[in-house]
Amino acid sequence: MTFLQLLFYTFAMLALIGAFMVVVSKNPVQSVLFLVFTFFATAGIWMILHSEFLSLVLVLVYVGAVMTLFLFVVMMLSVHIETLREGFVRYLPFGLIIVGILIALTVMVLGPARFGLAQMPAPGLKPADYSNLANLGSVLFTDYAYPFEVAGVILLTAIIAAISLAHRPPHKRKTQNVVDQINVTPKDRLRIIKMPSEKN
Amino acid sequence: MIPLSDFLIFAAILFSMGIAGIILNRKNIITLLMSIELMLLAVNTNFIAFSYFLGNNIGEVFVFFILTVAAAEAAIGLAIMVILFRKTKSIEVQKLDLLKG
Repeated sequence: MTFLQLLFYTFAMLALIGAFMVVVSKNPVQSVLFLVFTFFATAGIWMILHSEFLSLVLVLVYVGAVMTLFLFVVMMLSVHIETLREGFVRYLPFGLIIVGILIALTVMVLGPARFGLAQMPAPGLKPADYSNLANLGSVLFTDYAYPFEVAGVILLTAIIAAISLAHRPPHKRKTQNVVDQINVTPKDRLRIIKMPSEKN
Repeated sequence: MIPLSDFLIFAAILFSMGIAGIILNRKNIITLLMSIELMLLAVNTNFIAFSYFLGNNIGEVFVFFILTVAAAEAAIGLAIMVILFRKTKSIEVQKLDLLKG
């Protein structure tokens, strides 16, 4: 087994173990951390597939931003762990049957008979100055510039939606009214009382 | 060399684990959202494997957009969950039955 194959099988096993633990964990925080682990292993697999930019984007953006968001929200909500596992044992045989059928069907269709090395040969080694980032950019900003802008609009929509959903108005909050503060005169704040001084 | 079928089978197993997560964890919104992320990850791996074997960059462009949409969807889903928790103090999916007939 070559080093590349060993690397692929190691990363694949780690990713599948992580995915299994995500589904099976009792604690939501453990689930999120196992999902982070799965993403790291899958980033390794994407690196084997010569897409360095996307594997690093997966780690930086997806794990660094989205999973951190998940962790914050999970730790913010107090969760009753017993009530969340009620349906687990009841649906377990049904779930296992569905998973088994799916895996069997996909292995039959996508197996080595149709997509092995004879039908889809592995591409040769790239030249020394091959840059995945440059190739991706040259396609993304020319042929797919319009979907790129639409992706930006999607992110803007997500920002507006998330902020308008989660924002709390200053309902019982004490804030300052800046206009009133600026229009204050000394008479409002200070009252000078003239009193005769007492002797002894 | 690693044949394409290995990558596709790996992505298929990851996808079916995401489906199993949705089936088995019906009450827990957080695990539901994470199973959806698992399924999206499996689809992304599929795209990148085909992109490598067909010598194209189009698969990677599509993965770029899937990552964008998945991040936006995760953010909005979590914002809805936060509001649900503020209103009902629990995150059970069964509590979302206000439109029930």
